[in-house]
Amino acid sequence: MTEDLLTLGSKTFSSRLLTGTGKFASKTLIAPMLTASGSEIITVALRRVDPRAGQENILKHIPDTVTLLPNTSGARTAKEAVRIARIAREAGCGDFIKIEVITDMQYLLPDNHETLKATQILAKEGFVVLPYVMPDITVTQQLYDGGAAAVMPLGSPIGSNQGLEMKSMIERIIETSKLPVVVDAGIGRPSQAAQAMEMGADAVLVNTAIATSHDPSLAGKAFAMAVTAGRMAFHANLAGKNRLAVASSPLTGFLRE
Amino acid sequence: MKINLNGNPITIKSHSLLDLVLEQGFNPVSLIVEYNQEVVKQESWEHIHIKEMDSVELLSFVGGG
Repeated sequence: MTEDLLTLGSKTFSSRLLTGTGKFASKTLIAPMLTASGSEIITVALRRVDPRAGQENILKHIPDTVTLLPNTSGARTAKEAVRIARIAREAGCGDFIKIEVITDMQYLLPDNHETLKATQILAKEGFVVLPYVMPDITVTQQLYDGGAAAVMPLGSPIGSNQGLEMKSMIERIIETSKLPVVVDAGIGRPSQAAQAMEMGADAVLVNTAIATSHDPSLAGKAFAMAVTAGRMAFHANLAGKNRLAVASSPLTGFLRE
Repeated sequence: MKINLNGNPITIKSHSLLDLVLEQGFNPVSLIVEYNQEVVKQESWEHIHIKEMDSVELLSFVGGG
């Protein structure tokens, strides 16, 4: 098989596992996790500093070779997302941006309408836009027309570890999308990441499951292996299911009395 | 002088952005400053003179998914 690269914007990546920097017990666990998993893209968030909470600098824990994917978390409208994206780029974070516009604070489900608006604006400004969306074929086509670099449908609510609740819709998006499909959110186990990749997803984004495990480096490696296995299985074009048994050994020449 | 800092009205003694960052007790390294809706590079902080009712945001990158 020739080298199987993921292309986002003008960059190519050999890893199809995107990771995040949230929820680690210690930020010092991030760099070893990146090494162990081989992840080449990692998300960060932008926040106001709080004098009482102390100042955090997540960037010092991320090697220069890894592409930063700032998210627009906290944005409730396209306008707020656009502002965060511009600040992140001007602050030297590069031109990748994960659009995340959320007003539903119970399930943290994204607002596709505002996300599409932000995507259209930021793509025109030269950003490599990765929008986090509810799985929707029509929106995926509109994001493609609007200049997105990928579509990131959710598997299940953020941090829920519920896996691919949206499996059927994601399969339809994979089938019809002209954009790379990165399954984001809710992937709680390597088997679920493998399942997404077997279905033909181009990549997955995993944060909570890795960060909250007792050994994020080991978990990161497990996810990376699952992503690779799932991708290989997809390329191998596995046969479909049968309702009844289909013998693997010949049904002739039995040694019977 | 009264300004708006991170969405809250406060009274400050500082006259430049650099002084403000230090007055607020922040380490300039890794801090992002947005002044009246525009990001200002660190080397320019000492040259920006704050005016009454200016809006300043002090930001940083944090862990997130």
